Order: sequence, then structure tokens, then C-alpha cells
Amino acid sequence: MAAHLSYGRVNLNVLREAVRRELREFLDKCAGSKAIVWDEYLTGPFGLIAQYSLLKEHEVEKMFTLKGSRLPAADVKNIIFVVRPRLELMDIIAENVLSEDRRGPARDFHILFVPRRSLLCEQRLKDLGVLGSFIHREEYSLDLIPFDGDLLSMESEGAFKECYLESDQTSLYHAAKGLMTLQALYGTIPQIFGKGECARVRNGRRVPPDPMFCFQQVANMMIRMKREFTGSQNSIFPVFDNLLLLDRNVDLLTPLATQLTYEGLIDEIYGIQNSYVKLPPEKFAPKKQGDGGKDLPTEAKKLQLNSAEELYAEIRDKNFNAVGSVLSKKAKVISAAFEERHNAKTVGEIKQFVSQLPHMQAARGSLANHTSIAELIKDVTTSEDFFDKLTVEQEFMSGIDTDKVNSYIEDCIAQKHPLIKVLRLVCLQSVCNSGLKQKVLDYYKREILQTYGYEHILTLYNLEKAGLLKPQTGGRNTYPTVRKTLRLWMDDVNEQAFFPLII
Amino acid sequence: MNRTKGDEEEYWNSSKFKAFTFDDEDDELSQLKESKRAVNSLRDFVDDDDDDDDLERVSWSGERVGSISWSIKETASNSGSNHEREQLKNRNSFSSYAQLPKPASTYSLSSFFRGRTRPGSFQSLSDALSDTPAKSYAPELGRPKGEYRDYSNDWSPSDTVRRLRKGKVCSLERFRSLQDKLQLLEEAVSMHDGNVITAVLIFLKRTLSKEILFRELEVRQVALRHLIHFLKEIGDQKLLLDLFRFLDRTEELALTHYREHLNIQDPEKRKEFLKTCIGLPFSAEDSAHIQDHYTLLERQIIIEANDRHLESAGQTEIFRKHPRKASILNMPLVTTLFYSCFYHYTEAEGTFSSPVNLKKTFKIPEKQYVLTALAARAKLRAWHDVDALFTTKNWLGYTKKRAPIGFHRVVEILHKNSAPVQILQEYVNLVEDVDTKLNLATKFKCHDVVIDTCRDLKDRQQLLVYRSKVDKGSAEEEKIDAILNSSQIRWKN
Repeated sequence: MAAHLSYGRVNLNVLREAVRRELREFLDKCAGSKAIVWDEYLTGPFGLIAQYSLLKEHEVEKMFTLKGSRLPAADVKNIIFVVRPRLELMDIIAENVLSEDRRGPARDFHILFVPRRSLLCEQRLKDLGVLGSFIHREEYSLDLIPFDGDLLSMESEGAFKECYLESDQTSLYHAAKGLMTLQALYGTIPQIFGKGECARVRNGRRVPPDPMFCFQQVANMMIRMKREFTGSQNSIFPVFDNLLLLDRNVDLLTPLATQLTYEGLIDEIYGIQNSYVKLPPEKFAPKKQGDGGKDLPTEAKKLQLNSAEELYAEIRDKNFNAVGSVLSKKAKVISAAFEERHNAKTVGEIKQFVSQLPHMQAARGSLANHTSIAELIKDVTTSEDFFDKLTVEQEFMSGIDTDKVNSYIEDCIAQKHPLIKVLRLVCLQSVCNSGLKQKVLDYYKREILQTYGYEHILTLYNLEKAGLLKPQTGGRNTYPTVRKTLRLWMDDVNEQAFFPLII
Repeated sequence: MNRTKGDEEEYWNSSKFKAFTFDDEDDELSQLKESKRAVNSLRDFVDDDDDDDDLERVSWSGERVGSISWSIKETASNSGSNHEREQLKNRNSFSSYAQLPKPASTYSLSSFFRGRTRPGSFQSLSDALSDTPAKSYAPELGRPKGEYRDYSNDWSPSDTVRRLRKGKVCSLERFRSLQDKLQLLEEAVSMHDGNVITAVLIFLKRTLSKEILFRELEVRQVALRHLIHFLKEIGDQKLLLDLFRFLDRTEELALTHYREHLNIQDPEKRKEFLKTCIGLPFSAEDSAHIQDHYTLLERQIIIEANDRHLESAGQTEIFRKHPRKASILNMPLVTTLFYSCFYHYTEAEGTFSSPVNLKKTFKIPEKQYVLTALAARAKLRAWHDVDALFTTKNWLGYTKKRAPIGFHRVVEILHKNSAPVQILQEYVNLVEDVDTKLNLATKFKCHDVVIDTCRDLKDRQQLLVYRSKVDKGSAEEEKIDAILNSSQIRWKN
């Protein structure tokens, strides 16, 4: 039972339980002691569903990561591979199976594809001659993973690339399936709305909106799946009133700009994976009194961030500038609470105080953590470079000077800043200008290729294909109009900011 | 497969069919338990070491038995009203009854095996479950452990495709005519399932000639895209290029061909490969870039060979003092320029490794050139060279310092390379914008510049503030005092 999932308006623990149960089912199918070989990419999402204790209950004795050559020795009856359906992983698995030590006790192999099996992969296993060695070959449809009380994620990192660059709509199919599962658990959603801009550029020419790429595909798939369920009616009262399907393509601006909320900045600087973040340990070393010279921990500190933590839930969506005051207020509240112990006179009062102690200590620990994190972030946000970058972004988003080569970007290229930073800024300029002038685009291209290598011709081509970095097509620049109409830009008393319509 | 037939015959021939009655039999809960137990025992029917994977059990509604949604529906249907239940029961019974004679449908078959020990009382399951007390709990995902075999009959294209979607192995060989194959493809595409489309495409690729395949796919955009993706995944470069050529997608053809170079490790081979890329139909600027790429690699190979020779000979000072940390091969142009400015700065234009030669060949803009040269010479602490970069003689013979990049950048780079204060001061002085000048001077502790600037700005307050920052008794302090006391200056504040 994950506490953080019950805070939202919908109890996502139901979903989580359902998903856990299916995992248990599979594990029980392979009778006897087991060892699981994990695809590294999956350990994160699975960690949100089931802890090792759950697996242990089902006789999982060892866990390994998927690596080439031979499997490590383990005295278990079953080996289960839990992998994504990717060809390169199949090769590694085949290697593992083939180099199995004949002299040792025979072990049974099973394979669990997440989120679904793929004929291509099974074909590959067959070609490598190991398909028959697997006793159970199943798929585990982990489509929507609950991250928090109000957030589910498919964690399908390649989805945008697959849909827009490679025209592979399998992720849309998964999305539809995930939504069907959701509907099965929480009731059919009565209304579906959607928005998707689907124009594409092909061979340098803009083609008319292709309905294949709209949210419509997902909606169509869902309708079709529903139709196939002949006869049975889902009589759970629907928890959700509306379903809103939005194409990422509708708003390409938001992911390019730098995030400025507390959580956003943590992600920008350190990266949040599956609601976990790894931080440099120096600031988190516990200060022990009279214990000078103790070694600082060298391993990065891993923290889980979700709404189960009260303080985090409060500050995560605030603009970073506002976080400081919240933290200091909280500090005062907590120290006041701790001082209460002096006021407790009767046994009853003391007892009450003691019972609240764990909660207060947790709050204090949480405050300490977040104060350290805030300090780390502040080091970055007060740097000159961050300020310059932010200024440029805000200029672009206000529509200033988007049609010229920007000198900050030039400087970044000249100083060989990380390519991703440069590309984000250049794409931002392109989106805010509805495409760059050919001269400007060529200039940027040449600078990038000369500084980062000619192979990035391919990178830039892909960006153009995805619509992120493209030449002006002669139409008007629609961005200023959109910006005004939708009021994306707030000129506040305190500060200017871009408020994304869609996150 | 033979065994399947045997089993099926046996099954079909024995009459286990119970007529449809309205009576509720026994206690529902025990029915449920019994059916589960029964179904578990069905495992014996099926032989495991078959090519077939785990066969999907499908419920009425077409969902996999044991999938979350299936069991939810089952549970949900329990919590429905009585009336609904009756309807459900009747509807299910009738539909399945009707479906029974048609072996083609997968739905009805599974329903047999989820019933009691005597398959045929298929309505009992819905009976059994429908009266389970309505509770909202996390659904029971009981997968009947039995498996069943199905027929290898002729499935229609739509059924085949549906089976493929559920992951069952299905022989596509029966689709012999082009017409059939195309119909199969249409069905697959309308299903939107990438897996299925790919499976069908693999089959088509194997059984159709290239020309026909291309021709047919040209008008089927979705399938075409899938094929392209598939070919990329398995690395069938040749077919992919042929496809692009057929479709006249020249730019993609060129880029796909070009992408291959990343897989070639040997520099000579890569160079040769890049040469073949030059004539390809890239867009105009890209063609120039590709040409540059080839030329660059060609140069790098020459420089690398030469320098390695020099380094091992041990005679050249620069290589002795600053041994090379990495090879220059495959490095970007600017990095190569930096390398050249570092190790070969003084060489004449004629050699391949001279910076001037590089600049000319690749048309490197002045800005970029100056920046890179500056960085390289500053790293070597060759301040004279740095000076020379910026000094120009005007027609009167006077020297003047000019920079295409803004002196503030120059100062930053110098500072990064720990230039001595005098050099820094000189360049800080050259910064045009006064505020920037003051900022930089303060940041880098170029006292004289600060003092002079404050004096020029006639800003007494700032000078006073700065006075407190300099060391006591230093020359700067004296200078400040002298200026402050000077009566010639009309201070603003």
C-alpha cells in the first residue's frame, strides 16, 4: 500500500494492486526458487510497483542485471528474464542461455516481456536457436504506472521519436490499452475530447494534417477496443468525467524552455527518474558533534520525491523564488513544535507530545533535505550563465529578436557548451518564430556542425522532421498571436513568466 | 499438432453438452471453486513442449482471460443489479450457444474450459460469478491454469490478424495470391498494432518480389512507414536504400547512406565511404558539409600519421612539453583547428596542418578562427602570439588592437588560462562598454583599470568604495588617494 497514491482524488492504489497481482500470478506460475534477471531500464518502474519484499514472498532469491556472457551462479530452479522487447536484449539473453553451464543443475528459463511481447524478438530468439528453451513466455502489460496520487506515466521515452520520426504508432496502441485498463478499473469515461496538430513536413514540403497522427488514433483505437467487448457491461460508476487527449505536438514550446518550479529545477539540474533523484552527497552528511574529520559519503544520495512527503507536496510546484520563504516559515513552525516539550507539564501532555514526536522528526528531516536541495539549486540559479540563458529564453518567448542570430547562443557554441543546451535554445527560437529564416538557420547549422562534428547533419535533419527546427515556410509567424490570445506570457509585478497551457 | 487433433476428436465425440436450463445449480461459491480446480486439472490435456506459446484464453468480451480488465469486468458484473445480471446471463448464454458450431471463433472455445469439469455447461461460470457478493475490492486475477489447443483451420484475414494481435503463432502461408496478401495487410493496418503489421510485412518481404512489394507499399503509407522502421531496426541497409531509391526519396536515401559511416571504425575505410557519399542527392548546404567532412577526415589522417611520427621521434619540443592526449581523428572541425593552433601554429600556409591552411580550406569565419587561436595560444601562455592576433597596422603604420569578437570574451579566455595581471589589464582596458569594463576589472582585480575608469567617470563614491577593497599601503591606495586629492577633477558625487 503506497501512501502517496491515496492522496489524489482517485485512489490509484486500486490500479497498483491490480498490477501487482498480475506480477504475483506470473511468479507463482514458475514454481520453485527463482532468480530474476532484470533489464536495467525496467528496474525503476518496477520499483514503483513492487519492492523486493513482495518478490521474496514468491520465492525470488536472487536478482541480477542483464549482462552479456554467462549468468552468475545461483542455486535456483528458475531463471526469469524480465525485459523490454528489444532486439539487442534478445542477443544478450541468447548469450546467457547458450553459455549455461551444463554441469550445474538444470535450470528452467522463462521470459517476461514488458509491456508486451514482440514477434520480432521471438523471431530473433528463434534464429539464435534458444526459443525452445523458454518454458513460459509471457507479456506483462505495465502500461500505466502510478507515480503519484495524480500522475500516471507510461515511461515510454521513445514515444515521441517513434511516432513523429519513425511513424511507428505502437506507443499509441499502448496508450489506448492503458486507458482501457483504467476504464475497466474506474469506470468508462463518458466523454472524450482531444486536440492534435498533425501537419508534417515531408521532403521539404508541408503536407496537410495527417489524421494518422492525431490523438484521433488513440480515440479510434479505444472505441474499437470497446466495441470488441461484446456483451459485457461495465457497471462501475465512472470516476472520471472527461478524457482529454492532447498531442505533444500541440505545444512544443514547453519542454524546450527551462523549468522554474522547485521540482522542475531539480529535474533540470539533477534529473528525476521514476520519482527518484540522485544528489551529490556532500550537503547531506549528517553532522555529528565532536566528530570532526569523518569521511564524507562518496555515493550519491538517493531521495524519493512524491506527495507522501508533506513539505515536498507543498513546494514542488512553486516558483523557485518562493520556496525560500516557505522553507523558513516551516523551520519556525517545526522549532516551535519542538519547543512545546517545555510546556508539557502533565503526564498526559508529555505523552501526547511523545506520540507526535515521530511525525515532527520526519518533518524536520524532510526540511533538512529540502533546505540542502534548495541550496544546491540556488548555486546554479545564481550563476551568471543561468541568468543569461534565462534572459535569452524570456526574450524569445516574448517574441523579441527571434529572427536574428542570437549572440548568447553563438557564445555557447563557441565555448562548446553541451549540445543539448544549444539545441534547446535554437529550437526554442525556431518555435517562437514559426521557423527560422534560411540564412539564420544555415548559420546556426554551420556553427553546430563545425563545432560538434559533421555527423550532426543527421541530428539536425531529425529535428527538422519533428518540426522543432525548421526553415520559415512563408506563412506568417503565428506565435505572437497565439501568445496574446492564450495569454501564455504573464507580465507580473514580481516577475515575468511563461505559463504553459499544457505541461 | 497431431495430438491436438486426437484430443479434439475425443473431446468432440463424447457428449458432455448440457442443455440450457434456467435453474441455478448448486451453491455458486462451491461451483466457482470447483470450476477453478477443474480448470487447473486441464493442464494434462495439453502438451507443453510445443512451438506454440502460451495460448490466450479469451472471454466473451474478447479480452484475454486473466487480464486485469477481464477479471474486473467479471467482478463488476457481479456488482451489477439483479436485472442486469439476468440480462447478462441470458445474453451470454445465447451468444455463446450460437457461436458454438463455428470453430473459427476463438471466443467460444475458451468458454468451454472455464466451466466445470464437464465442459459444456458454459453458462455455469457466469452463473457462478454472478451471485458472488458484490464488493469493491482489488479484483481477483485468477488465471485458469488450463490451456487449450485450437484448430489450424483456415482463418480469414481478419481473424488471422486478430490472432496475431493476441500473440498466437499463426501460419500465414495459406495466403498465396497477391490479393489475399494485400487483404491481410489491410486488415493488419486497420488494427494499428505495430507488432501485427510488422509480422505481416516480414511475411510479405519474404514472399513477394521487391518490385511488387515496393509498388504496393507506395500507396499504403502506414505499412510503408512500418517497413522502413523495420528495415532500420534489423539493419537491412541494402533493401532500405533500394526502397528509398524506388520512392524517389532522395534526401532520405542520401542521409541513410551517410548514417552508415558511424558504423565504420577504421579511418581509411571511413574516408573511402565518405567519398562515396559526396555525390549523393543531399540538399545544397548539406552537400557542402559532406564534402567538408570528407576533406577533414582526409586531412586528419595525414596530420595524425605525421604527428605520431614526430612525437615518437622525440625531437619536437612542443610534443615533448605537451604530449598528445588523444588522436585527432574524427574530431570536429573546431577541435581540429584548436589542435592545429596548438601544435602547428607557426607553420606556413602550404602544409596540411597549418591553421591558416585549415582556415582557408574550410572557410572558417574570422571570429571562430580568432577565438580558437586565442584559446590555444593562451593555453600555451604565448602572450606575444595573443598580441599578434589582435594587432593590426593601419595605413599610417600605427598599430591598433582590434578584435572581431569583443574584448570581454578575450579577457574571459585569458583569465581562464591564468594570464598574468598585466596582460589582463591591457585587454580589460580595451573593452568598449564601460560598465562591462568596470565589472570585469573588479572581478579580475585589475586595480589600475578600475581606478582609471572611476576617474574618467568622475565617480567619487565608487572610488571610495574601491579604496577599501585594495590592500592597505599598496601602490593602488596611494594612487587613489592622489586622485581623490586632485583638485583638477570635478567629481559628480
